[in-house]
Amino acid sequence: MSDLDPAEVFRQEAADLIETLEQALLDLEKRPDDSELVGLAFRALHTLKGSGAMFGFNAVSEFIHEFETAFDRVRKGEAVADRRLIAAALDARDHVAQLIDDPDVDPARGAAILAALKVAVSGEAPVIAPSRPDAAVDGAGPGGVAPAGWHVRFRLPADALTLGTNPLLLLDELRELGPCEIVANVDDVPPLDRIEPEQCYLAWDVTLRAEVPQEAVDDVFLFVRDDMDLAIQPLALETAEAQQPATSKSPATHPAAPALAPDRRNEIAQVGPLQAAALPSAERAPAGKPAERASPARVERNATLRVPAERLDELMDRVGELVIAQARLSQLAEAIHDPALVNVAEEIERLTASLRDTTMGTRMVPIGSLFGRFRRLVHDLSEDLGKSINFVTEGEDTELDKTVIEQLADPLVHLIRNSIDHGIENPDRRAETGKSAAGTLRLAASHRGAEVAITISDDGAGLNGERIRRRAEEAGLIAPGQPVSEAELNRMIFQPGFSTAAQVTSLSGRGVGMDVVKRTIDGLRGSIDVDTRPGKGTTMTLRLPLTLAIIDGLLVRVGEDRYTIPLAAVEECLELPVGVDGDARGRSFLNVRGELVPFLKLRQVFDTQGNPDPFQKVVVVASDSMRVGLVVDQIIGNNQTVIKQLSRLHSGLKTFSGATILGDGTVALILDVMHLVAFGQKLEERRRAETLGRAA
Amino acid sequence: MSKTILMVDDSASVRQMVGMTLKQAGYSVVEACDGREALQKATASRVDAVITDLNMPGMDGLSFIRAYRATPASSGVPIVFLTTESDEGLKAQAKQAGATGWMVKPFKPDQLLAIMRKVVGA
Repeated sequence: MSDLDPAEVFRQEAADLIETLEQALLDLEKRPDDSELVGLAFRALHTLKGSGAMFGFNAVSEFIHEFETAFDRVRKGEAVADRRLIAAALDARDHVAQLIDDPDVDPARGAAILAALKVAVSGEAPVIAPSRPDAAVDGAGPGGVAPAGWHVRFRLPADALTLGTNPLLLLDELRELGPCEIVANVDDVPPLDRIEPEQCYLAWDVTLRAEVPQEAVDDVFLFVRDDMDLAIQPLALETAEAQQPATSKSPATHPAAPALAPDRRNEIAQVGPLQAAALPSAERAPAGKPAERASPARVERNATLRVPAERLDELMDRVGELVIAQARLSQLAEAIHDPALVNVAEEIERLTASLRDTTMGTRMVPIGSLFGRFRRLVHDLSEDLGKSINFVTEGEDTELDKTVIEQLADPLVHLIRNSIDHGIENPDRRAETGKSAAGTLRLAASHRGAEVAITISDDGAGLNGERIRRRAEEAGLIAPGQPVSEAELNRMIFQPGFSTAAQVTSLSGRGVGMDVVKRTIDGLRGSIDVDTRPGKGTTMTLRLPLTLAIIDGLLVRVGEDRYTIPLAAVEECLELPVGVDGDARGRSFLNVRGELVPFLKLRQVFDTQGNPDPFQKVVVVASDSMRVGLVVDQIIGNNQTVIKQLSRLHSGLKTFSGATILGDGTVALILDVMHLVAFGQKLEERRRAETLGRAA
Repeated sequence: MSKTILMVDDSASVRQMVGMTLKQAGYSVVEACDGREALQKATASRVDAVITDLNMPGMDGLSFIRAYRATPASSGVPIVFLTTESDEGLKAQAKQAGATGWMVKPFKPDQLLAIMRKVVGA
C-alpha cells in the first residue's frame, strides 16, 4: 500500500470525493434545504482542495478554492441551491475531474464556470479574487532587520503542560537559533503542599545572542503565544536600557517589561495571521513532482482498505485451485479409510469453504456504486431532451461480484438511454395520453436465488410491435407474414443491426447497442428479457449470476456422465414415481404437492445411451417464476464447484454454463438452469402450436 | 524508543503522506480515519502526539479533541490540528477545546517535521 504512488492514491481518492460531491449536488436539487447535504458537498470540496495542493495538483486546488468560496454562500444560507446553481456546480465538478486528469486543461473554461457559479450564488457580477493573500506575504517582516540578538521572557499558561506543550522543547528550539543564556524564574512556584504537579509555575528569561529575524524567535512560540506572557525585545534595546542604573537581569527591571510588552504583543499579533497565510503560499511553489499520467489502477470501491483488484482476482484463482485440491484430498481420505485422515480432510473442507466464502465476500460490491453514476446520466439526458424524469432506484445494497458490476456499466447506460430516449414520451405527448408530465424510470436490483435481477422499467410508450415486425422483416430476420410470438418479436430488438428509431438521435438509435448489450450479458452468463405493454411502458430484466468463480453445486449422474446443477437454483429433490413417463418430446408434468411441474428427462435431452437406473430422481430447479424438474439417474451430493469456462469451441452450447473439475480429476459439465428452463419452455410452446395446428 | 504519533484524517492520501514522512523521520505512526476511531486508538494505548484534521465525517476534529481531553490519557499529549483556512475563529475554538498547535494545509514534509519537533521533539 505504501509503495503506491501518492499521486495515484490522490487520484483514486479524488474520484470518490467527486462522486460524493456529485451525489450531494444531485440530491440537493431535490432537497435544497438539506443542510446536511450542503455540508457533505462542502466537506468533499474541502478535502479535495487540501489534498490536491499537497500532492502538487495546484490547478485543482486553486479552482476548488474558488468553487468552495462560492459554495460557502450556500452553506451560510446566503444563497439557495436552485437548479441554476446546481447546474453550474455540476459543471464545476466536471471541470475538477478534468483538471485532475490534465492540469493544463483550458483555464478560460475554468474561469467561465466559476463566473457562472458566482452569478448563480449571488446574482452579482463575478469578481475573481486572488485565492490567497499572497500580496500580504511579500510585505511581511516587521522584524526583517536582525539585531545582534533578542531578549525573550516568557511564562506559559498554567494548563500548558496538560495540553501538551513542553517548555523544554521551546528552550531547545531557541538554542537551535544560537547560543542562549537561560534563567528560570521560580518566583511563582508555590510551597510544596500547594503544588499542582501538572501545572507550570516557571517563567524563563532567555538571552539569545544570534542575528536572527524576529519571526524566527516568534515562530518558536507560534502555538502558545496567544495565551502566554511573552516579551521579545531586541538586545540592542536591552543594552540601551542596561546603561541606565538598573541592570536588565535584576528584578528591578521587571516593572519596565510590561510597559513595553503591550506594543510588542500587538506587533506579534499582527505577524501571526501573516505567517499562517505564508505556509500555504510557500507550498504553492512547485511541490512534489508533476502528476504522472499513470492510468488509474482499478480499485475496489467502498472499502477502507484499498487493494488492487488484480490481487483479489489472484486470490480467487488460488482459492479455486485450493478447492479442487481439497476435493481430491477428501476423495483420497475416503478411499484410504483412515479415520484420522478423514478427520483432517473434513476440517480442511470446512476451512476451504469458509475461505471461499470470505474471499468471494471481499469481491462483492453493492450495486449502488453503479447506480449512483446513472443519476447524473438521467439528469443530463432529461435536460437535453426536455423530458422531465423521475429516477427511482431500489435495492442499491444488493451485492454483486466486482467483475460483473464493472461489465454491467455500459449495458445499463445503454438501456437507460433507450428508455429515456425512445420509451418515455415528451411531456406534451404524455399529457395527451393522460399520463403525468414527468416520466418515471425505475432501476431496481434484487436477489433471486443464485442470481441477481436488475430491472429497468419506464412508464413510457412501450415497444411498438408492428414497427418491430416491419423492421425485422426489412432486415431479413423473419420471413414476411411468419407467425412469431410476441415474446419472440420483442427479442428481435437484440438482433445485430436492428434499430426502430425513425430518426437517429445523438443519444441512441444508431442500430448498435442492444445486440452489444445482449452479448455482454451473455458473456456474464446472464440473460435479458423484455416485457412491454403498449402505452404503459417497458421493463427490461437482466439476470446475472452472483459470482463468476465458485458456486455450490449439486452433483448428479446421467448415464455414465456427471453434471453439476447450481445449488442455489435447486428447490427440492424427489423420486420420479413409477409409471409417470414423459412423452417422446422429453417433457411432461409431475404433480408436486398439487402443483404441476413440467419435467425434462436429461437422458433424452442428452441422448444418453444404455438403460436408465430403475429409480429415477427429479431435481426441481427454479429460474425466476418457472419451475422445472430435471430427471437424472442419481443424485450424488453437493460439491464446491469451481467454474471453468468452456473452450471457445464449446461456448456456443446453451445447455452448459461451464465445467468443473471433480476430486478424481474428471470433468463435470455445469448445467445452465436458465437455458434448460427456456429450452423446455420452447419445446412446450412448439408442442402446443403443433397441437393447435392439428386441431385447426 | 520512537515516539508514537496518532494521525487522524479522513483523506487516505493525507494519511499516507503524513505517515510516510513521519515514519521516515523515525516516528511510529498510528492512523485513524475519523474522530471515533481516533478516540478509541488514542485511549487504548499511549500516544505521544496527535495530528488531527478538523473536518471529518462522523466525529469531527473538534469533538474528538474535546472528548480526548476529557480523558486522563490525554494529559500532556500535544494535539496538532490541520486546517485549510486561516479562520481565526476555528483556530480559537480548537485551542479552546484543548489543541496544542495547528498546521495549515497544504504543508510540506519539512514543515510537518518542524512542527512535530516543536511539539514532541525528535
